[in-house]
Amino acid sequence: MIRRVSAAAVGAVLVGSLAACGGGDSSDASDDDSITMGFAQVGAESGWRTANTKSIKDTAKQEGVTLKFSDAQQKQENQIKAIRSYIQQKVDVIAFSPVVETGWDTVLQEAKRAKIPVILTDRSVDSDDTSLYETFLGSDFVLEGEKAGDWLVENADAADTDTNGSINVVQLEGTTGAAPAIDRADGFKEKIGADPRIEVTASQTGDFTRDGGKKVMESFLKSQPDIDVVYAHNDDMGLGAIEAIEAAGKKPGTDIKIITVDAVKDGMTALSQGKINFIVECNPLLGPQLMDLAQKVVAGEEVPERVVTEETTFDQEQAKAALPDRQY
Amino acid sequence: MRDLARHRLFWPVLALVLLLAVNVAATPSFLQIRMQDGHLYGSLVDIARNGAPVLLVALGMTLVIATRGIDLSVGAIAAIAGAVACVHLAGSPAPASTGTAITAVTLALAVCVLLGLWNGFLVSVLGIQPIIATLVLMTAGRGLAMLVTGGQITTVNNSFFRGLGAGYLLTLPIAVLIAMAVFAVTALVTRRTALGMLVESVGVNPEASRLAGVRSRTILWTVYVFSAFCAGLAGLMIAANTSAADANNAGLWIELDAILAVVIGGTSLAGGRFSLAGTLVGALFIQTLSTTIPTIGIPAETNYLFKAVVVIAVCLLQSPKARAAVWRRRRDRSALVRAGRA
Repeated sequence: MIRRVSAAAVGAVLVGSLAACGGGDSSDASDDDSITMGFAQVGAESGWRTANTKSIKDTAKQEGVTLKFSDAQQKQENQIKAIRSYIQQKVDVIAFSPVVETGWDTVLQEAKRAKIPVILTDRSVDSDDTSLYETFLGSDFVLEGEKAGDWLVENADAADTDTNGSINVVQLEGTTGAAPAIDRADGFKEKIGADPRIEVTASQTGDFTRDGGKKVMESFLKSQPDIDVVYAHNDDMGLGAIEAIEAAGKKPGTDIKIITVDAVKDGMTALSQGKINFIVECNPLLGPQLMDLAQKVVAGEEVPERVVTEETTFDQEQAKAALPDRQY
Repeated sequence: MRDLARHRLFWPVLALVLLLAVNVAATPSFLQIRMQDGHLYGSLVDIARNGAPVLLVALGMTLVIATRGIDLSVGAIAAIAGAVACVHLAGSPAPASTGTAITAVTLALAVCVLLGLWNGFLVSVLGIQPIIATLVLMTAGRGLAMLVTGGQITTVNNSFFRGLGAGYLLTLPIAVLIAMAVFAVTALVTRRTALGMLVESVGVNPEASRLAGVRSRTILWTVYVFSAFCAGLAGLMIAANTSAADANNAGLWIELDAILAVVIGGTSLAGGRFSLAGTLVGALFIQTLSTTIPTIGIPAETNYLFKAVVVIAVCLLQSPKARAAVWRRRRDRSALVRAGRA
């Protein structure tokens, strides 16, 4: 029984790889409008990620790109497995958002040896060998952290909610080791150095989830005296923090100022209601830029090593204006 | 004093008290509880409220472990319960009404009972080893939850549903009241009737129990259904706490927390004996440990290491062999010192 099942499974894999080869051949024959792309997504941990996935899938369909999509559920080993399977299937181009920054050299070497170009999206990898990937398309997380820090420095007087002369910030970090968590913390720290009153008094990971943000904030509210500002590395943790602040009988946005990054719909709604004070946008709609880069890479054209997505920031008034046509 | 030290709950309770003392040292106001908007507010209330799902899952796990089994699928079942309830709420014509919330909760729990029946069927009828039988749902369950939510985080806005996780009744968190009610009923049913003893006898030797007239199969089946039911209830609380179903992260690793709570509480993984009071202490200990990390400011990179070190320390503290070894060495050393002086 088991033998028969595994035989069937092997058969299915063989057929799959044959089909993929066929796809590759035909793409060589007709031109580059039938590219096969293997995309290894991080997971579906937040509204941002869901919008990112949708944008990639939709654009692939529009552009006639055959997309092989896998969801790693926040685990690096799953992503490595997915990339290996794309190499075996001989896709034309591999794109992925690395779960964490390190540990990619081996699998990227394998892709290089198989002559499959790799595009990083949204998050970068920490490797000395930049020849392992063609380009990195995504936001500049350090810049996002800097924007958040700049806003706080500019609005420092208003942010000192208890008017005691010092501005105590608690930070809700993203997943430990993830590029956005490291960079958003660094950029923020860099900028708030301009005002000696501002200090990060506590920092802990909330894993980019609402539940995590809520639980960590509950503890901070009890262990940290005089919290003036919450800086959350994404909207979802900020939304969790809002619930914890409300349960403590304080008014989010007034008694404690909240700065977040992402600008997903739920976050923007809270911003327009005055519960969040400032959101730095991190644009998830990478689909069009990604497909454009993929077609260029497969056609052998030169692409820049770093492509930054266009992003802005929102305060409460801007959120009210932007909310009606927010897609995600 | 010696009798007290010999009580099997002595070491877990001591560990819990020590952990609370560490928190008080870091934040002197840690034990303070005050009224806030008509409900109790403080770190201890948080520990009880956030610990309620862990306690529920651990209760089910206690009975499963008492039969020499294990249930790895509880985290996935919790995710499914949250997903089913939230998707039903979000898709119904009246998403804010109490009636819809009751239907959603009932539906979710019914699904969980079905999943429990499946686990029980694999273990008691087909005789598959529990760790493998429940591994099936542990892996497939998150996929099912993702399927239900379509890979999205489903957000709902229903005050009754929210109350399950974040609401208060008579100044106490509803989640805590539910968990205590389930605890009381379980204690009554297992300790005031022969059921607890029958569960233990199945854990010692299912075949001998059957020959002695105990319906081993029914008992096994029942504990897996109960475990899944508790996990479902826990999943509803987790989803209600943030009014959102997150198929990826809801109840992630809660099976490990629950197993740890059971073991710290003194229930043997070899089956045949269980302590519900021990599980209660164990669950509170695990939750206090999670709350300790942000309270005393452990850096994010060393979270897991800190947790592991504390857990292993408690396990060593509980092991009579480890304690005896430390004790003997100290006695030897003091004897040596004395001999040296003479």
